[in-house]
Amino acid sequence: MDLGIFCKSTLDGEVVDHCFSALLGIGKNADPSYFDWLMRAWGWTLAVAGLGLLIALSLGAIMGTLRTLPPENPTNRFLVRLSTAWVELFRNIPILVQVFLWYHVIPALIPPLKAFPSYLLVSLALGFFTSARIAEQVRAGIQSLPSGQKAAAIALGLTTYQSYRYIILPMALRIVIPPLTSESMNLIKNSSVAFAVSVPELTLFAMQAQEETSHGVEIYLAVTILYALSAFAVNRAMAHIEKRSRIPGFIVANTEVTAH
Amino acid sequence: MKSISLIKAGLVAAGLLIGTFNAQAASQTMDKIKSTGAVTMGVRESSIPMSYTTGDSRFDGYHVEICRMILGDIKDKLGMSTLRINYQPVTSQNRVPLVQNGTVDIECGTTTNNVNRAKDVSFANTLYVEEVRIAVKANSGITSISQLAGKKVATTTGTTSVQLLRKHEKANGVNFDEVYGKDHADSFLLLESGRADAFVMDGSILAGNIANSKNPKDYKIVGEVLSTEPIAIMVRKDDPEFKAAVDAAIAKIVANGKMPGLWNKWFLSPIPPKNIVVGLQLSPATKNAWANLNDKPAEDYNKK
Repeated sequence: MDLGIFCKSTLDGEVVDHCFSALLGIGKNADPSYFDWLMRAWGWTLAVAGLGLLIALSLGAIMGTLRTLPPENPTNRFLVRLSTAWVELFRNIPILVQVFLWYHVIPALIPPLKAFPSYLLVSLALGFFTSARIAEQVRAGIQSLPSGQKAAAIALGLTTYQSYRYIILPMALRIVIPPLTSESMNLIKNSSVAFAVSVPELTLFAMQAQEETSHGVEIYLAVTILYALSAFAVNRAMAHIEKRSRIPGFIVANTEVTAH
Repeated sequence: MKSISLIKAGLVAAGLLIGTFNAQAASQTMDKIKSTGAVTMGVRESSIPMSYTTGDSRFDGYHVEICRMILGDIKDKLGMSTLRINYQPVTSQNRVPLVQNGTVDIECGTTTNNVNRAKDVSFANTLYVEEVRIAVKANSGITSISQLAGKKVATTTGTTSVQLLRKHEKANGVNFDEVYGKDHADSFLLLESGRADAFVMDGSILAGNIANSKNPKDYKIVGEVLSTEPIAIMVRKDDPEFKAAVDAAIAKIVANGKMPGLWNKWFLSPIPPKNIVVGLQLSPATKNAWANLNDKPAEDYNKK
């Protein structure tokens, strides 16, 4: 196993002058080394995943909430049907197929989308796919609350919007933080499908660099470690959010022991 | 004294025994072919007309037909009555690992013979010398690589063209926006849909994909030759006897004068499945490779 290949230049295979110091911004290599390329690819992975996460969390929370609206008037009923359609559509199609749809098919139908860079389209695809899953988790969280909460809110004279905003969602979202952690970590890992539409992220780097250097073990080891590191960082961030937003004694599961 | 001569005799006997074992175990590929009655040929799916699928899990092409002739020759050499050929589709990324680990016995695709790959696999004598060119849409007005500065250039992941573009960018101080296709059909789709302004790849792959597209007249192969590369059949690295057998079969095919006919069949006549003509003329470099069979790597070709 020759870890030294990371310090070799991508152009001519010679060892570069600044292998690790280039990362800290001290020296700049004349030709990028495989390590420079690896770091850039990691940046792309995090960017695509981060943008996808933003889209997924916001859209997912909205759609999940809309799914649980009481069917008392036509607007509510329409919103419930809309959010159900959204969830079913994006849940039933595989992620890779969705990425190809967004990249090849939909720009053919909506020409302005052709100008979008590929990483934006991939983030949209990832975001929408994950938002369907997050919507279902948020819905589960809302529906797990005892019905007395909604009833008490209405009895107090709160409108539907107010009851969701002040009573239901604060508790429901705290309940679903563990599944949301899983979804966020999944998104980091699913970002690897971006290689199929030529986003220069970690998986594309792994495939191309392995072919160029013939050192598959070292390349894939580094890529695996970086994916695991990114996913774990998201895990720790969500754990921190869980701890900070915890209301002691409010929900059974929210004790020191089980929240970790 | 007696014990020493006994030991010596024992060593000599052991040496002879090992010698006979070695003579039989010299080519693990040939042994495997003989004992299983089958051989695995690595093929490509969209490298028209060298190695591609004609539909229904059938594969054909210039290199595939040559490999069938080579395997027929090896079958006769091993004294077998039948030889089953298992076709294994490979991609630019996995072709070298699959040959290395023995999944594929002989890879008949469009693999460039270069020094880096020669560390992991062996190449048979070259029967096709490729020139890397650029394919563009005919109405784009691009005629040379220097006009591609700042434009989107498509190429396939895992091919030598990726590094070629990188070196060209560095050498000439231009900057392309590279987009990568997963395979040649995908890269051509990028050009077709307008997501890329040019597709840089081996001339035969460009010609094959253009000929098979919906409107071949919309595309043109332009620009200078970016690189001359020998394309060769890959075999296992540590099996010189098998490589020698393959080279001998190739020499026989060339000596029988079959090569010009094969070229005409695959490059200048209608080919399955759609009966389109690729239309690539025989280059002097390829003719030279037939006349002087060698397995020199790409670096030797570009040394000028």
